[in-house]
Amino acid sequence: METVVESAVPAIQVAIVGAGPSGFYAAEALLRSGLPVRVDMIERLPTPFGLVRSGVAPDHPKLKEAILVYDRIARAPGFNFLGNVSVGRDVSVAELRATHHAVVFACGAETDRRMGIPGEDLSGSYTATEFVGWFNGHPDYRDRTFDLSQEAVAIVGQGNVAADVCRILAKPVAQLRTTDIADHALNALADSRVKEIHVIGRRGPVQAKFTTKELRELGEIVDCATLVDPADLALNAESEAELAHRSNVNGPGNLSLFRAFASRKAVFGRCTIWFRFHLSPAALIGDGHVEKMILARNLLEGVPFAQVARPTEEKIELPCGLVFRSIGYRGVPIPGLPFDESRGTVPHASGRVVDSTEMLEGLYVTGWLKRGPTGIIGTNRADSLETVQSLLAELPKICDREKPGVEALRPLLEGRGIRVLNYQNWLMLDAAEIDRGKPKGKPREKFTRIHEMLVVSLDSDMA
Amino acid sequence: MPHVVTDNCHLCRFTDCVAVCPVECFHSDEERTYIDPDVCIDCGACIPACPVHAIYETIDMPDDQRRWVAINADRSHALPVVYAKQDPLPTAAARRAELGY
Repeated sequence: METVVESAVPAIQVAIVGAGPSGFYAAEALLRSGLPVRVDMIERLPTPFGLVRSGVAPDHPKLKEAILVYDRIARAPGFNFLGNVSVGRDVSVAELRATHHAVVFACGAETDRRMGIPGEDLSGSYTATEFVGWFNGHPDYRDRTFDLSQEAVAIVGQGNVAADVCRILAKPVAQLRTTDIADHALNALADSRVKEIHVIGRRGPVQAKFTTKELRELGEIVDCATLVDPADLALNAESEAELAHRSNVNGPGNLSLFRAFASRKAVFGRCTIWFRFHLSPAALIGDGHVEKMILARNLLEGVPFAQVARPTEEKIELPCGLVFRSIGYRGVPIPGLPFDESRGTVPHASGRVVDSTEMLEGLYVTGWLKRGPTGIIGTNRADSLETVQSLLAELPKICDREKPGVEALRPLLEGRGIRVLNYQNWLMLDAAEIDRGKPKGKPREKFTRIHEMLVVSLDSDMA
Repeated sequence: MPHVVTDNCHLCRFTDCVAVCPVECFHSDEERTYIDPDVCIDCGACIPACPVHAIYETIDMPDDQRRWVAINADRSHALPVVYAKQDPLPTAAARRAELGY
Protein backbone atom coordinates (compact mmCIF):
# COMPACT_ATOMS: atom_id res chain seq x y z
CA MET A 1 0.00 0.00 0.00
CA GLU A 2 1.61 3.20 -1.13
CA THR A 3 1.45 6.44 0.74
CA VAL A 4 0.69 9.16 -1.76
CA VAL A 5 1.35 12.77 -0.97
CA GLU A 6 -1.18 14.92 -2.79
CA SER A 7 0.48 18.10 -3.87
CA ALA A 8 0.00 20.81 -6.46
CA VAL A 9 3.78 21.15 -6.62
CA PRO A 10 5.67 18.38 -8.46
CA ALA A 11 7.25 16.08 -5.89
CA ILE A 12 10.99 15.82 -5.39
CA GLN A 13 11.61 12.11 -5.94
CA VAL A 14 14.48 10.65 -3.91
CA ALA A 15 15.48 7.00 -3.90
CA ILE A 16 17.54 5.76 -0.95
CA VAL A 17 19.40 2.49 -1.51
CA GLY A 18 19.77 0.64 1.79
CA ALA A 19 17.46 0.50 4.81
CA GLY A 20 19.99 0.73 7.63
CA PRO A 21 20.58 3.62 10.04
CA SER A 22 22.28 5.92 7.55
CA GLY A 23 19.45 5.44 5.04
CA PHE A 24 16.79 6.14 7.64
CA TYR A 25 18.52 9.26 8.95
CA ALA A 26 18.78 10.51 5.36
CA ALA A 27 15.06 9.84 4.91
CA GLU A 28 14.32 11.71 8.12
CA ALA A 29 16.37 14.74 7.10
CA LEU A 30 14.63 14.83 3.71
CA LEU A 31 11.12 14.48 5.16
CA ARG A 32 11.83 17.21 7.73
CA SER A 33 13.02 19.65 5.08
CA GLY A 34 9.52 21.05 4.67
CA LEU A 35 9.76 20.47 0.92
CA PRO A 36 7.45 18.16 -1.10
CA VAL A 37 9.81 15.18 -0.98
CA ARG A 38 8.87 11.56 -1.73
CA VAL A 39 11.33 9.07 -0.31
CA ASP A 40 11.48 5.54 -1.73
CA MET A 41 13.77 3.30 0.29
CA ILE A 42 15.06 0.29 -1.66
CA GLU A 43 16.50 -2.63 0.32
CA ARG A 44 17.83 -5.89 -1.10
CA LEU A 45 16.68 -7.95 1.88
CA PRO A 46 12.98 -8.39 2.68
CA THR A 47 13.78 -6.96 6.13
CA PRO A 48 14.87 -3.37 6.90
CA PHE A 49 17.20 -1.87 9.55
CA GLY A 50 20.62 -3.02 8.38
CA LEU A 51 23.18 -3.68 11.09
CA VAL A 52 20.83 -2.66 13.88
CA ARG A 53 18.97 -5.88 13.05
CA SER A 54 21.90 -8.03 11.91
CA GLY A 55 25.00 -6.49 13.48
CA VAL A 56 24.15 -5.37 17.01
CA ALA A 57 24.73 -8.37 19.28
CA PRO A 58 21.68 -10.28 20.58
CA ASP A 59 22.64 -9.54 24.20
CA HIS A 60 22.54 -5.78 23.53
CA PRO A 61 18.80 -5.37 23.04
CA LYS A 62 18.75 -1.74 24.21
CA LEU A 63 20.77 -0.60 21.19
CA LYS A 64 18.14 -2.17 18.94
CA GLU A 65 15.57 0.32 20.28
CA ALA A 66 16.89 2.67 17.60
CA ILE A 67 14.46 0.69 15.40
CA LEU A 68 11.58 2.57 17.07
CA VAL A 69 12.91 5.74 15.45
CA TYR A 70 13.19 4.07 12.03
CA ASP A 71 9.67 2.64 12.36
CA ARG A 72 8.33 6.16 12.97
CA ILE A 73 10.16 7.44 9.88
CA ALA A 74 8.87 4.53 7.80
CA ARG A 75 5.26 5.37 8.71
CA ALA A 76 5.62 9.03 7.70
CA PRO A 77 3.57 10.28 4.75
CA GLY A 78 5.73 10.44 1.63
CA PHE A 79 7.85 7.40 2.59
CA ASN A 80 7.73 4.06 0.79
CA PHE A 81 9.67 0.90 1.55
CA LEU A 82 10.58 -1.42 -1.33
CA GLY A 83 12.10 -4.60 0.10
CA ASN A 84 13.60 -7.58 -1.74
CA VAL A 85 14.92 -5.32 -4.50
CA SER A 86 18.61 -5.40 -5.35
CA VAL A 87 20.05 -2.35 -7.13
CA GLY A 88 22.48 -3.69 -9.73
CA ARG A 89 20.63 -6.99 -10.15
CA ASP A 90 16.93 -6.03 -10.34
CA VAL A 91 17.21 -2.39 -11.38
CA SER A 92 20.16 -0.32 -12.55
CA VAL A 93 21.49 2.98 -11.25
CA ALA A 94 20.73 4.47 -14.68
CA GLU A 95 17.09 3.39 -14.38
CA LEU A 96 16.83 4.95 -10.91
CA ARG A 97 18.21 8.21 -12.26
CA ALA A 98 15.39 8.17 -14.81
CA THR A 99 12.63 7.58 -12.24
CA HIS A 100 14.05 9.76 -9.44
CA HIS A 101 15.70 13.18 -9.17
CA ALA A 102 18.27 11.94 -6.69
CA VAL A 103 19.62 8.59 -5.49
CA VAL A 104 21.28 8.31 -2.08
CA PHE A 105 23.43 5.21 -1.60
CA ALA A 106 23.40 3.95 1.99
CA CYS A 107 24.49 0.39 1.31
CA GLY A 108 26.99 0.09 4.12
CA ALA A 109 30.04 -2.15 4.08
CA GLU A 110 29.04 -5.76 3.44
CA THR A 111 32.38 -7.47 3.13
CA ASP A 112 35.51 -7.43 5.26
CA ARG A 113 39.17 -6.48 5.15
CA ARG A 114 41.57 -9.35 4.67
CA MET A 115 44.75 -9.87 6.70
CA GLY A 116 46.63 -10.74 3.48
CA ILE A 117 48.63 -13.61 5.01
CA PRO A 118 49.33 -17.18 3.89
CA GLY A 119 46.77 -19.68 5.15
CA GLU A 120 44.07 -17.04 5.56
CA ASP A 121 41.55 -19.20 3.71
CA LEU A 122 42.26 -22.45 5.59
CA SER A 123 39.30 -24.21 7.09
CA GLY A 124 38.81 -22.75 10.57
CA SER A 125 39.67 -19.19 9.49
CA TYR A 126 36.59 -17.00 9.43
CA THR A 127 35.56 -13.36 9.47
CA ALA A 128 33.73 -11.50 12.20
CA THR A 129 31.35 -10.29 9.47
CA GLU A 130 30.13 -13.81 8.71
CA PHE A 131 30.06 -14.97 12.34
CA VAL A 132 28.04 -11.95 13.48
CA GLY A 133 25.71 -12.30 10.47
CA TRP A 134 25.32 -16.02 11.25
CA PHE A 135 24.39 -15.65 14.91
CA ASN A 136 22.11 -12.74 14.08
CA GLY A 137 20.19 -14.78 11.52
CA HIS A 138 21.22 -12.85 8.39
CA PRO A 139 20.06 -14.92 5.37
CA ASP A 140 23.40 -14.51 3.57
CA TYR A 141 25.16 -16.42 6.37
CA ARG A 142 22.49 -18.93 7.32
CA ASP A 143 24.43 -21.92 6.03
CA ARG A 144 27.87 -21.07 7.34
CA THR A 145 29.34 -23.54 9.81
CA PHE A 146 31.96 -22.75 12.43
CA ASP A 147 34.11 -25.43 14.03
CA LEU A 148 33.27 -24.75 17.66
CA SER A 149 34.80 -28.07 18.74
CA GLN A 150 38.15 -26.26 18.87
CA GLU A 151 39.33 -25.19 22.32
CA ALA A 152 41.64 -22.33 21.35
CA VAL A 153 40.37 -19.33 19.35
CA ALA A 154 42.27 -16.33 18.03
CA ILE A 155 40.36 -13.11 17.32
CA VAL A 156 42.42 -10.60 15.32
CA GLY A 157 41.29 -7.06 16.14
CA GLN A 158 40.47 -5.08 19.26
CA GLY A 159 37.37 -3.11 18.41
CA ASN A 160 33.79 -3.51 19.52
CA VAL A 161 33.02 -6.08 16.81
CA ALA A 162 35.88 -8.24 18.13
CA ALA A 163 34.40 -7.75 21.61
CA ASP A 164 31.01 -8.99 20.35
CA VAL A 165 32.56 -12.11 18.78
CA CYS A 166 34.51 -12.79 21.97
CA ARG A 167 31.52 -12.25 24.22
CA ILE A 168 29.18 -14.51 22.28
CA LEU A 169 31.80 -17.28 22.35
CA ALA A 170 32.59 -16.76 26.05
CA LYS A 171 29.19 -16.23 27.63
CA PRO A 172 27.33 -19.17 29.15
CA VAL A 173 24.82 -20.32 26.55
CA ALA A 174 22.02 -20.12 29.13
CA GLN A 175 22.38 -16.33 29.03
CA LEU A 176 21.84 -16.31 25.26
CA ARG A 177 18.69 -18.43 25.29
CA THR A 178 16.40 -15.49 26.07
CA THR A 179 17.81 -13.20 23.39
CA ASP A 180 16.94 -12.90 19.69
CA ILE A 181 20.02 -14.92 18.70
CA ALA A 182 19.17 -17.27 15.81
CA ASP A 183 18.22 -20.78 16.89
CA HIS A 184 20.74 -22.49 14.62
CA ALA A 185 23.52 -20.48 16.31
CA LEU A 186 22.20 -21.18 19.79
CA ASN A 187 22.26 -24.92 19.08
CA ALA A 188 25.81 -24.77 17.71
CA LEU A 189 27.03 -22.66 20.66
CA ALA A 190 25.45 -25.09 23.12
CA ASP A 191 27.93 -27.70 21.85
CA SER A 192 30.89 -25.31 21.82
CA ARG A 193 34.15 -26.52 23.38
CA VAL A 194 35.85 -23.13 23.13
CA LYS A 195 37.80 -22.52 26.36
CA GLU A 196 40.58 -20.12 25.54
CA ILE A 197 40.15 -16.96 23.49
CA HIS A 198 43.03 -14.70 22.43
CA VAL A 199 42.01 -11.19 21.39
CA ILE A 200 44.98 -9.86 19.47
CA GLY A 201 45.93 -6.28 18.63
CA ARG A 202 48.88 -5.10 16.59
CA ARG A 203 49.47 -2.06 18.79
CA GLY A 204 49.34 -1.54 22.54
CA PRO A 205 46.64 -1.34 25.23
CA VAL A 206 46.29 2.42 24.87
CA GLN A 207 45.51 2.06 21.16
CA ALA A 208 42.86 -0.66 21.55
CA LYS A 209 39.67 0.52 19.88
CA PHE A 210 37.19 -0.94 22.39
CA THR A 211 34.86 1.48 24.09
CA THR A 212 35.42 1.10 27.84
CA LYS A 213 31.84 -0.05 28.33
CA GLU A 214 32.33 -3.03 25.98
CA LEU A 215 35.70 -3.94 27.50
CA ARG A 216 34.26 -3.78 31.01
CA GLU A 217 31.47 -6.10 29.91
CA LEU A 218 34.03 -8.72 28.82
CA GLY A 219 35.59 -8.54 32.27
CA GLU A 220 32.25 -9.28 33.85
CA ILE A 221 31.41 -12.51 32.01
CA VAL A 222 30.45 -15.18 34.52
CA ASP A 223 33.13 -17.74 35.40
CA CYS A 224 35.49 -16.35 32.77
CA ALA A 225 38.99 -15.01 33.48
CA THR A 226 40.17 -11.96 31.51
CA LEU A 227 43.97 -11.79 31.50
CA VAL A 228 46.76 -9.50 30.30
CA ASP A 229 50.52 -10.04 30.42
CA PRO A 230 51.88 -7.24 32.66
CA ALA A 231 54.81 -6.81 30.26
CA ASP A 232 52.36 -5.46 27.68
CA LEU A 233 51.47 -2.59 29.99
CA ALA A 234 54.84 -0.85 29.77
CA LEU A 235 53.96 2.32 27.85
CA ASN A 236 56.18 4.48 25.69
CA ALA A 237 56.14 8.27 26.06
CA GLU A 238 53.87 8.67 23.02
CA SER A 239 51.25 6.36 24.52
CA GLU A 240 51.45 8.25 27.83
CA ALA A 241 50.80 11.44 25.87
CA GLU A 242 47.81 9.84 24.14
CA LEU A 243 46.43 8.81 27.54
CA ALA A 244 46.80 12.26 28.99
CA HIS A 245 45.08 14.04 26.12
CA ARG A 246 41.66 15.37 27.02
CA SER A 247 40.07 14.08 23.82
CA ASN A 248 40.92 10.47 24.69
CA VAL A 249 37.57 9.16 25.76
CA ASN A 250 38.25 5.42 26.12
CA GLY A 251 42.03 5.17 26.62
CA PRO A 252 42.22 5.82 30.36
CA GLY A 253 39.24 3.63 31.21
CA ASN A 254 40.54 0.82 29.00
CA LEU A 255 44.01 0.95 30.48
CA SER A 256 42.62 0.85 33.98
CA LEU A 257 40.70 -2.32 33.06
CA PHE A 258 43.72 -3.90 31.37
CA ARG A 259 45.75 -3.17 34.52
CA ALA A 260 43.13 -4.91 36.63
CA PHE A 261 43.17 -7.88 34.23
CA ALA A 262 47.00 -8.06 34.49
CA SER A 263 46.81 -8.45 38.22
CA ARG A 264 44.47 -11.46 38.03
CA LYS A 265 45.94 -14.89 38.31
CA ALA A 266 44.96 -17.44 35.69
CA VAL A 267 42.02 -19.36 37.05
CA PHE A 268 40.61 -22.61 35.81
CA GLY A 269 37.13 -21.43 35.05
CA ARG A 270 34.86 -22.27 32.21
CA CYS A 271 36.69 -19.92 29.88
CA THR A 272 39.77 -17.69 29.64
CA ILE A 273 40.19 -14.54 27.56
CA TRP A 274 43.72 -13.29 26.90
CA PHE A 275 44.25 -9.76 25.57
CA ARG A 276 47.46 -9.89 23.53
CA PHE A 277 49.21 -6.76 22.29
CA HIS A 278 51.96 -5.72 19.87
CA LEU A 279 51.36 -8.77 17.66
CA SER A 280 50.43 -9.04 13.98
CA PRO A 281 49.43 -12.31 12.30
CA ALA A 282 52.06 -13.41 9.76
CA ALA A 283 50.64 -16.79 8.70
CA LEU A 284 48.11 -19.48 9.50
CA ILE A 285 49.54 -22.99 9.46
CA GLY A 286 47.76 -26.31 9.29
CA ASP A 287 47.10 -29.42 7.25
CA GLY A 288 43.81 -28.46 5.61
CA HIS A 289 42.62 -26.86 8.86
CA VAL A 290 44.15 -24.12 11.02
CA GLU A 291 46.40 -25.57 13.72
CA LYS A 292 48.44 -22.55 14.70
CA MET A 293 48.98 -18.87 14.00
CA ILE A 294 52.44 -17.37 13.50
CA LEU A 295 52.62 -13.80 14.81
CA ALA A 296 55.27 -11.10 14.49
CA ARG A 297 56.07 -9.02 17.53
CA ASN A 298 55.67 -5.29 16.83
CA LEU A 299 57.24 -2.09 17.99
CA LEU A 300 55.34 1.18 17.99
CA GLU A 301 56.73 4.05 15.95
CA GLY A 302 55.44 7.53 15.35
CA VAL A 303 53.92 10.50 17.08
CA PRO A 304 51.01 10.38 19.54
CA PHE A 305 47.72 9.41 17.84
CA ALA A 306 49.64 8.31 14.73
CA GLN A 307 51.74 5.48 16.11
CA VAL A 308 52.03 2.53 13.73
CA ALA A 309 53.01 -1.07 14.40
CA ARG A 310 56.36 -2.07 12.88
CA PRO A 311 56.95 -5.83 12.86
CA THR A 312 60.28 -7.08 14.15
CA GLU A 313 61.98 -10.38 13.22
CA GLU A 314 60.73 -11.97 16.43
CA LYS A 315 57.97 -14.49 15.82
CA ILE A 316 55.75 -16.37 18.21
CA GLU A 317 53.48 -19.34 17.64
CA LEU A 318 49.95 -19.52 18.96
CA PRO A 319 48.28 -22.95 18.73
CA CYS A 320 44.65 -22.42 17.77
CA GLY A 321 41.98 -24.16 15.74
CA LEU A 322 39.65 -21.25 15.11
CA VAL A 323 40.51 -17.77 13.86
CA PHE A 324 38.22 -14.76 13.41
CA ARG A 325 39.56 -11.69 11.69
CA SER A 326 37.80 -8.57 12.93
CA ILE A 327 39.85 -5.81 11.34
CA GLY A 328 37.10 -3.84 9.68
CA TYR A 329 34.14 -4.25 7.40
CA ARG A 330 34.64 -3.13 3.80
CA GLY A 331 32.31 -1.67 1.18
CA VAL A 332 31.34 -3.51 -1.98
CA PRO A 333 31.47 -1.72 -5.37
CA ILE A 334 28.10 -0.87 -6.94
CA PRO A 335 27.81 -1.28 -10.72
CA GLY A 336 27.47 2.21 -12.17
CA LEU A 337 29.26 4.01 -9.33
CA PRO A 338 32.94 4.92 -8.92
CA PHE A 339 34.75 3.08 -6.11
CA ASP A 340 37.87 3.78 -4.08
CA GLU A 341 39.53 0.36 -3.90
CA SER A 342 42.04 1.40 -1.27
CA ARG A 343 39.36 2.51 1.18
CA GLY A 344 36.38 0.40 0.14
CA THR A 345 34.21 3.51 -0.21
CA VAL A 346 32.51 5.58 -2.91
CA PRO A 347 34.45 8.79 -3.55
CA HIS A 348 32.49 11.89 -2.61
CA ALA A 349 32.55 15.56 -1.73
CA SER A 350 30.33 16.21 1.32
CA GLY A 351 28.17 13.29 0.22
CA ARG A 352 27.99 14.13 -3.51
CA VAL A 353 29.36 11.19 -5.51
CA VAL A 354 32.47 12.20 -7.45
CA ASP A 355 34.03 10.39 -10.39
CA SER A 356 37.69 11.49 -10.52
CA THR A 357 37.14 15.18 -11.04
CA GLU A 358 33.55 15.08 -12.25
CA MET A 359 30.59 15.19 -9.86
CA LEU A 360 27.90 12.77 -11.02
CA GLU A 361 24.67 14.66 -10.94
CA GLY A 362 21.97 13.47 -8.60
CA LEU A 363 23.99 10.71 -6.94
CA TYR A 364 24.82 10.85 -3.26
CA VAL A 365 26.33 8.59 -0.64
CA THR A 366 26.04 8.30 3.14
CA GLY A 367 26.99 6.02 6.02
CA TRP A 368 29.80 3.46 5.94
CA LEU A 369 29.88 3.42 2.14
CA LYS A 370 30.80 7.12 2.38
CA ARG A 371 33.16 7.39 5.32
CA GLY A 372 34.34 3.83 5.88
CA PRO A 373 33.32 1.41 8.66
CA THR A 374 33.75 3.82 11.57
CA GLY A 375 31.57 5.15 14.34
CA ILE A 376 28.41 3.78 15.89
CA ILE A 377 24.70 4.01 15.19
CA GLY A 378 24.32 7.69 16.04
CA THR A 379 27.37 8.75 14.02
CA ASN A 380 25.25 8.21 10.93
CA ARG A 381 22.77 10.88 11.91
CA ALA A 382 25.20 13.77 11.46
CA ASP A 383 26.73 12.07 8.44
CA SER A 384 23.39 11.67 6.65
CA LEU A 385 22.45 15.22 7.50
CA GLU A 386 25.56 16.44 5.68
CA THR A 387 24.70 14.38 2.60
CA VAL A 388 21.09 15.58 2.58
CA GLN A 389 22.18 19.20 2.95
CA SER A 390 24.39 18.75 -0.13
CA LEU A 391 21.42 17.26 -1.97
CA LEU A 392 19.00 20.04 -0.97
CA ALA A 393 21.53 22.68 -2.02
CA GLU A 394 21.48 21.20 -5.53
CA LEU A 395 17.72 20.96 -5.99
CA PRO A 396 17.49 23.67 -8.67
CA LYS A 397 20.03 21.72 -10.71
CA ILE A 398 18.68 18.20 -10.25
CA CYS A 399 14.96 19.00 -10.32
CA ASP A 400 14.85 20.58 -13.75
CA ARG A 401 11.95 18.33 -14.76
CA GLU A 402 9.35 16.08 -13.17
CA LYS A 403 10.19 12.47 -12.44
CA PRO A 404 7.65 9.67 -11.86
CA GLY A 405 9.27 8.09 -8.78
CA VAL A 406 7.79 4.90 -7.38
CA GLU A 407 4.79 5.05 -9.72
CA ALA A 408 7.16 4.07 -12.55
CA LEU A 409 9.63 2.06 -10.46
CA ARG A 410 7.15 -0.40 -8.99
CA PRO A 411 5.62 -1.47 -12.38
CA LEU A 412 9.15 -1.75 -13.80
CA LEU A 413 10.14 -4.17 -11.02
CA GLU A 414 6.92 -6.14 -11.05
CA GLY A 415 7.18 -6.45 -14.83
CA ARG A 416 10.49 -8.22 -14.20
CA GLY A 417 8.84 -10.67 -11.81
CA ILE A 418 10.39 -9.12 -8.70
CA ARG A 419 8.34 -9.65 -5.56
CA VAL A 420 8.48 -6.16 -4.01
CA LEU A 421 7.70 -6.04 -0.28
CA ASN A 422 6.21 -2.91 1.26
CA TYR A 423 6.37 -1.78 4.88
CA GLN A 424 3.12 -3.54 5.79
CA ASN A 425 4.68 -6.79 4.58
CA TRP A 426 7.60 -6.14 6.94
CA LEU A 427 5.21 -5.50 9.83
CA MET A 428 3.57 -8.89 9.21
CA LEU A 429 7.01 -10.55 9.21
CA ASP A 430 7.88 -8.64 12.37
CA ALA A 431 4.73 -9.82 14.15
CA ALA A 432 5.34 -13.39 13.00
CA GLU A 433 8.90 -13.33 14.34
CA ILE A 434 7.72 -12.03 17.70
CA ASP A 435 5.03 -14.74 17.83
CA ARG A 436 7.54 -17.49 17.05
CA GLY A 437 9.80 -16.27 19.84
CA LYS A 438 7.14 -16.39 22.55
CA PRO A 439 7.06 -20.15 23.27
CA LYS A 440 10.87 -20.05 23.57
CA GLY A 441 11.01 -17.05 25.88
CA LYS A 442 12.80 -15.05 23.17
CA PRO A 443 11.85 -11.55 22.03
CA ARG A 444 11.60 -12.95 18.50
CA GLU A 445 12.67 -15.93 16.42
CA LYS A 446 14.03 -14.45 13.22
CA PHE A 447 13.32 -15.83 9.79
CA THR A 448 16.69 -16.70 8.32
CA ARG A 449 15.81 -17.63 4.75
CA ILE A 450 14.60 -15.27 2.03
CA HIS A 451 12.15 -17.89 0.75
CA GLU A 452 10.45 -18.15 4.15
CA MET A 453 10.20 -14.37 4.41
CA LEU A 454 8.57 -14.11 0.99
CA VAL A 455 6.07 -16.87 1.75
CA VAL A 456 5.05 -15.29 5.06
CA SER A 457 4.60 -11.87 3.45
CA LEU A 458 2.69 -13.43 0.56
CA ASP A 459 0.28 -14.84 3.14
CA SER A 460 -0.10 -11.36 4.58
CA ASP A 461 -1.16 -9.94 1.24
CA MET A 462 -3.83 -12.59 0.94
CA ALA A 463 -5.11 -12.02 4.49
CA MET B 1 22.67 2.80 32.68
CA PRO B 2 21.62 5.95 30.84
CA HIS B 3 24.02 8.70 29.94
CA VAL B 4 23.87 12.00 31.82
CA VAL B 5 24.77 15.61 30.94
CA THR B 6 26.72 17.17 33.81
CA ASP B 7 28.12 20.56 34.89
CA ASN B 8 30.18 21.56 31.87
CA CYS B 9 27.18 21.99 29.58
CA HIS B 10 26.09 25.04 31.57
CA LEU B 11 26.89 28.28 29.69
CA CYS B 12 27.89 26.23 26.60
CA ARG B 13 25.00 24.21 25.18
CA PHE B 14 27.02 23.21 22.12
CA THR B 15 24.44 20.54 21.13
CA ASP B 16 27.01 18.54 19.15
CA CYS B 17 25.52 15.66 21.13
CA VAL B 18 22.15 16.16 19.45
CA ALA B 19 23.74 15.74 15.99
CA VAL B 20 24.85 12.19 16.81
CA CYS B 21 22.05 10.90 19.02
CA PRO B 22 20.26 8.02 17.24
CA VAL B 23 17.07 8.39 19.28
CA GLU B 24 16.62 12.12 19.97
CA CYS B 25 16.78 11.87 23.74
CA PHE B 26 18.14 15.38 24.34
CA HIS B 27 15.95 18.09 25.81
CA SER B 28 17.01 21.64 26.56
CA ASP B 29 16.21 24.91 28.27
CA GLU B 30 17.93 28.26 27.69
CA GLU B 31 21.06 27.20 29.56
CA ARG B 32 21.91 23.56 28.82
CA THR B 33 20.76 20.12 27.70
CA TYR B 34 19.41 17.07 29.55
CA ILE B 35 19.15 13.41 28.52
CA ASP B 36 15.85 11.59 28.95
CA PRO B 37 16.88 8.32 30.64
CA ASP B 38 13.75 6.58 29.37
CA VAL B 39 14.75 7.15 25.74
CA CYS B 40 18.56 6.93 25.90
CA ILE B 41 19.74 3.59 24.50
CA ASP B 42 23.28 3.83 25.94
CA CYS B 43 24.98 3.86 22.58
CA GLY B 44 27.62 6.31 23.87
CA ALA B 45 27.81 8.38 20.68
CA CYS B 46 27.36 11.63 22.61
CA ILE B 47 30.34 11.25 24.92
CA PRO B 48 33.11 11.97 22.40
CA ALA B 49 30.94 14.51 20.56
CA CYS B 50 30.81 17.01 23.43
CA PRO B 51 33.61 19.59 23.14
CA VAL B 52 33.71 20.03 26.92
CA HIS B 53 33.22 16.41 28.02
CA ALA B 54 29.99 17.14 29.82
CA ILE B 55 28.48 13.68 29.30
CA TYR B 56 29.11 10.55 31.34
CA GLU B 57 27.62 7.10 31.50
CA THR B 58 26.07 6.75 34.95
CA ILE B 59 28.57 4.10 36.04
CA ASP B 60 31.58 6.29 35.17
CA MET B 61 30.38 9.51 36.80
CA PRO B 62 32.60 11.40 39.21
CA ASP B 63 30.93 11.51 42.60
CA ASP B 64 30.65 15.28 42.61
CA GLN B 65 28.47 15.10 39.48
CA ARG B 66 26.01 12.46 40.74
CA ARG B 67 23.24 14.95 41.40
CA TRP B 68 22.89 15.34 37.63
CA VAL B 69 21.36 11.87 37.31
CA ALA B 70 18.12 13.01 38.94
CA ILE B 71 18.25 16.47 37.37
CA ASN B 72 18.51 15.02 33.84
CA ALA B 73 15.56 12.74 34.51
CA ASP B 74 13.37 15.51 35.99
CA ARG B 75 14.21 18.33 33.60
CA SER B 76 14.12 16.22 30.41
CA HIS B 77 10.55 15.19 31.18
CA ALA B 78 9.50 18.83 31.51
CA LEU B 79 11.26 20.28 28.46
CA PRO B 80 10.94 19.94 24.67
CA VAL B 81 13.16 17.67 22.56
CA VAL B 82 16.03 19.23 20.61
CA TYR B 83 15.80 17.84 17.08
CA ALA B 84 18.83 19.44 15.51
CA LYS B 85 22.13 20.95 16.47
CA GLN B 86 21.80 24.59 17.55
CA ASP B 87 24.30 27.41 17.77
CA PRO B 88 26.14 27.37 21.09
CA LEU B 89 25.37 30.04 23.68
CA PRO B 90 27.30 33.34 23.38
CA THR B 91 29.19 32.37 26.54
CA ALA B 92 30.30 28.99 25.13
CA ALA B 93 33.75 29.95 23.81
CA ALA B 94 34.78 31.58 27.07
CA ARG B 95 33.42 28.70 29.15
CA ARG B 96 35.22 26.15 26.99
CA ALA B 97 38.52 28.00 27.42
CA GLU B 98 37.93 28.28 31.14
CA LEU B 99 37.38 24.51 31.36
CA GLY B 100 40.65 23.90 29.55
CA TYR B 101 39.37 22.44 26.27
